[in-house]
Amino acid sequence: MGMGSDMYRQQILDHYKNPRNHGELEDPTFTHTGENPTCGDTIQVDVRLEDDGDTIEYVAFSGDGCAISQAAASLLTEELPGKTLEELQAMDRDDMIDMLGVDISPMRIKCAVLAEKVAQDGAKIHTGEIEIETTKTE
Amino acid sequence: MGVQESEPLDVERIREDFPILERRVGGDVESPGEGDGDDTPLIYLDNAATSQTPDQVVDVIADYYRSYNSNVHRGIHSLSQEASVAYEQAHDRVADFVNADGREEVVFTKNTTEAENLVAYAWGLAELGPGDEVVLTEMEHHASLVTWQQIGKRTGADVKYVRVDDEGRLDVDHARELITDDTEMVSVVHVSNTLGTINPVEEIADVAHDHGAYVFVDGAQSVPNRPVDVKAMDADFLAFSGHKMCGPTGIGVLYGKREILEEMQPYLYGGDMIRKVTFEDATWEELPWKFEAGTPNIAQGIALAAACDYLDDLGMDRVETHENQLAAYAYDRLTEHDDVTVYGPPGDERGGLVAFNVDGVHAHDLSSILNDSGIAIRAGDHCTQPLHDKLGTAASARASFYVYNTREEVDALVEAVDEARQLFA
Ligand SMILES: Cc1ncc(COP(=O)(O)O)c(C=O)c1O
Repeated sequence: MGMGSDMYRQQILDHYKNPRNHGELEDPTFTHTGENPTCGDTIQVDVRLEDDGDTIEYVAFSGDGCAISQAAASLLTEELPGKTLEELQAMDRDDMIDMLGVDISPMRIKCAVLAEKVAQDGAKIHTGEIEIETTKTE
Repeated sequence: MGVQESEPLDVERIREDFPILERRVGGDVESPGEGDGDDTPLIYLDNAATSQTPDQVVDVIADYYRSYNSNVHRGIHSLSQEASVAYEQAHDRVADFVNADGREEVVFTKNTTEAENLVAYAWGLAELGPGDEVVLTEMEHHASLVTWQQIGKRTGADVKYVRVDDEGRLDVDHARELITDDTEMVSVVHVSNTLGTINPVEEIADVAHDHGAYVFVDGAQSVPNRPVDVKAMDADFLAFSGHKMCGPTGIGVLYGKREILEEMQPYLYGGDMIRKVTFEDATWEELPWKFEAGTPNIAQGIALAAACDYLDDLGMDRVETHENQLAAYAYDRLTEHDDVTVYGPPGDERGGLVAFNVDGVHAHDLSSILNDSGIAIRAGDHCTQPLHDKLGTAASARASFYVYNTREEVDALVEAVDEARQLFA
């Protein structure tokens, strides 16, 4: 069997059809958006930090696009609460692929990592490390 | 050039010329055709992006490298003479394929995109200025759309777009309005690579010429798929790519009317395109070499001529009929379901491709799922982003057919689309 069927195991379809924490936060500590220009996937990630200003309390996402990009965002909103910003920045694409629990074909990696990259860039903008308008993955 | 009654293509025999169609897919992408996972038969429906290459053409490339690989034009030794003669004759063969008047009117480029840029730079930058207008269509491929848009910015010329109507046809009345005496260039795609629409290029050329404008026909999707005659359409320029017509990558064609090419300045400077060089100045080789600076893609050029032979042996009328029938069949089968949107005009009016979307299934997901059944289609914007914006979608799935495709393969496509629909239901 090729990657296709593996890639659409129940978990991804479930998160795509029933996205968790979907919508916008009323009082986010920071919010950031990103896109895959070639695919047309868009993701907005809203993050609220706890009073220590470092621990992630709650994450929501909104957006539009393929099942991989949207399911990845949904999974991420469940994974991040409790992590510190440093732990968020330490995440890489393998963490995202582990979370998805499936092989992602090379051309679809950019879909899988979009939400993670948006969350990381959003945090970096919040802490003043970078200054960008939107995140783009290729 | 309507669809003609003739013997259909002998597809079973044709498939024997394309061993790649026998391979299985699904394994490790870093070891093509060798991995354990390569167990799903390939159904190749991405021909509008790149067609497969028959043995007859592969053999010509191998033969070149095995027996007379050498640089052209410059050598007096036997190998160079053999390569030069074959490479130059390839221009004549390609000229004949589109009914041009010989090699002088056929410039070999890397692809359609380079042919567009050649004219945009060599002619556009020199001739265009504020007050001039370039007319494109909303269904242009980025190869012409982006190119003329940028030339417009650099020269101050205005770029205007002929509307595409709700059925995906070109609004010819709008073209008549837009094309005026200020228009210097009209660039029109012959067959849309997204909508499949066959545009009335003869009529557009007439209107352009009435106003003293040139017409550039993007033949990337028409020359591979139907008889194209530059004289009948009265095109000033025509561009197409070898890799979409049974030829190799790395070779494309710019046809230009001889008197226009003669007036144009070169696009690239260097070796092979000059006649006489001093420390102060240089003069240019004759056509078409004036536009082919540096060592060209020799094997690919010779192989393109072989691809023309291959297609002419099949008969371009029959190629056209075959593709149109497959596209019409795919259109009918896909639209059996209300949740499928097929873009462009009905099946009997289109070239050999269908771009579509299934409600609730992103085109990239659809393509991944079809790939699981060995089905190769394209998903994305097909290099027509502004058109996709107008269609109200970021991406579409596109199946495109060629001489070796069958109705059974269309059935397999439709079945796999059904599976995707169920998965996402
Ligand atoms: C209508 C059209 N124009 C231009 C091109 C560009 O062709 P190439 O990539 O070979 O330059 C294509 C194919 O991608 C096409 O379909």
